[in-house]
Amino acid sequence: MPFMLVKFNLQKRVKLAQGLWMLYWLSVIMGILLFGLGIFFKVELRKRSEVMDNNESHLVPNLLVLVGLLACGLNAFGGKVCHDSLDPSKFIKWKSMLKAYLLLSCGFNALLLAVSLLCFIMQFSVYLILAEGLRNGIRFYKDTDTPGRCFMKRTLDMTQIEFRCCGNNNFRDWFEVQWISNRYLDMSNDVVKDRLLSNVEGKYLMDSVPFSCCNPASPRPCIQHHLTNNSAHYDYDHRSEQLNIWTQGCREALFSYYSGIMSSIGIFILLIIILESVDMAGLKYLITSLETMTDPEVQDCESEGFLLEKGVKETFADLLTKIKTLGRSNQVEGGDTPEANT
Amino acid sequence: MAVLRVKFTKTSRDKLAQLLWILNWISVVTGAILFSLGIFLKVEINKRAELMVERDIQYVPNMLVAVGLIACAINFLGGKICYDCVDTTKFLRWKLIILPYIIFTFFFTFCMLVGALMCYTMHGELEESLNVGLTEAMRFYKDTDTPGRCFLKRTVDMLQIHFQCCGNNGYRDWFQIQWISNRYLDMSQKEVVDRFRSNVEGKYLMDGVPFSCCNINSPRPCIQQQITNNSAHFNYEHQTEELNLWMKGCRQVLLEYYTHIMQSIGLTVLITWLFELSVLTGVRYLQTSLKNVLKQGDPDSESDGWLLENSLMETARTNLNIIKSLCKCNQIDTASNGDPNINVPSTCKALYGPDNVPPKATTEAS
Repeated sequence: MPFMLVKFNLQKRVKLAQGLWMLYWLSVIMGILLFGLGIFFKVELRKRSEVMDNNESHLVPNLLVLVGLLACGLNAFGGKVCHDSLDPSKFIKWKSMLKAYLLLSCGFNALLLAVSLLCFIMQFSVYLILAEGLRNGIRFYKDTDTPGRCFMKRTLDMTQIEFRCCGNNNFRDWFEVQWISNRYLDMSNDVVKDRLLSNVEGKYLMDSVPFSCCNPASPRPCIQHHLTNNSAHYDYDHRSEQLNIWTQGCREALFSYYSGIMSSIGIFILLIIILESVDMAGLKYLITSLETMTDPEVQDCESEGFLLEKGVKETFADLLTKIKTLGRSNQVEGGDTPEANT
Repeated sequence: MAVLRVKFTKTSRDKLAQLLWILNWISVVTGAILFSLGIFLKVEINKRAELMVERDIQYVPNMLVAVGLIACAINFLGGKICYDCVDTTKFLRWKLIILPYIIFTFFFTFCMLVGALMCYTMHGELEESLNVGLTEAMRFYKDTDTPGRCFLKRTVDMLQIHFQCCGNNGYRDWFQIQWISNRYLDMSQKEVVDRFRSNVEGKYLMDGVPFSCCNINSPRPCIQQQITNNSAHFNYEHQTEELNLWMKGCRQVLLEYYTHIMQSIGLTVLITWLFELSVLTGVRYLQTSLKNVLKQGDPDSESDGWLLENSLMETARTNLNIIKSLCKCNQIDTASNGDPNINVPSTCKALYGPDNVPPKATTEAS
């Protein structure tokens, strides 16, 4: 009892072949889009690799690029097969490869599913990398004369301006590090010396933030220094002031940006999986309808197309027995060897 | 003596028609590109409308949008005509329209040229508009509580951050205006009151700039206050310090930005104009060669195509005469003192066909 049997006459077969050809070319375009998305994601990760401590994993974008190229290739081949399917002379050369092609498409769908799951799971690693990277970034902000960290200040300033955030968790992270280099501190000044002596590690700490934390939407000029001292500024209450500097932490801001990208790519891959499955089903119908034609030369006849030759349960049982026989043929027969020696 | 006469066989006529069909469709695409460039320029100007004083700079993007739309329509019609020109029977449908179409397109290309030239001449007006606009914006920077100017501070800050510039001509422009609102100044402090009294207009002036002037490339934390006072900061000399604040003035930066856009758009319009002119020339040749084929009667024969039937001077003279006679027919004849009942012979020359012989008067049957 074939699974999901459909009767086809010549017109229906032609329509199926044409529709399937267009679907395959749509899938090629989706494959190109996936490739482009992979490149875009890779570029975005590279742009901010400094705040991720330069050890971010490029596994996901590399996989996306690979899968995009594979999708293009597979679907272009499928389109060619559909284009040739209505001409019996051309179709014969593809006939032998089609079973392998369908199995390959199945495997490719499984790969797509794995990549989509990776897109969602890798967001955790991005979160952890961002936390570590931003903490180091804030620590090395002042080291504009140390090779390898010269541009950390610029990168962090640009990130804070672009993503409208301040510090790692919030602006108070800047209070715990010395972000002014010793080159610009007047060591002969008593105030400076007091501040350096006021904490165990001898760091110049103050309740100030860099200018890149300033919010342009604030109605008053930016208050960067003596943030927690209400009396240092006229008409200022640091507990209720929300618009002066950015209140969001950069880790949250960057993470929501990257998780947005990764989730969108994951959903896009799921859509591609659905499209590929439809392509595979259509191709199976086309192949079976062409095979069950009573006379291959006479085009104008009825034929049947189906998804599976037997029912679902029987097909699975057949598959299991095939796998078991394969396994048994690989096992060495233990009873035969003693007889072989005599 | 025809201008630039070319012989056309049937195949070359067909090839010309097909080629012109493709070129017309490419021209539709370029017309759409012109339209979108006009929209883009309009959006860019409106984005920074707060920083520009009202001047007549909107006419350039509006002209581009109009030219783009008309170019699309004209070339769409041209494509349809060329598609039908392969078949002489279908060409008869268009016979009357094609010559006015060519003349109209020829004058339209002049509009396109004018549009391209306007892109280059907008520079002066834009500079004036930006100069006044930026000065006003900086003056109203502190008025974040005045309705209509609440967001000027944010706009100016975002401008200085994004375009990496400070002030109108340079950062010293900020020293000459009060950019801190009185709401945030403690009037009870002696220093504040002294500063107010230190100048004629009673403004709180200081040698400080807003945070948006800070240069992110600076190796040291930004020095915003007491910029000209070297002793206020350790290891600081304001005359040699280049990396602390943005050095360029915003007017110059914005002007460069818009000039760059306009030059690119102007170049695109010029290239489109040349392309349109060449397509028009092809259509003219096609029209004249098909006209001659119809005159000869045999659709498969060779025919001549030309740009103008007679030389340039003769064509200009005949056209002027036609226009003059049209004008004379329209004038009211004042010799009869305005009385319509007096029969005055018409001064219009009646044209009785190519040999100009009036028809014989028919005799009444007796």
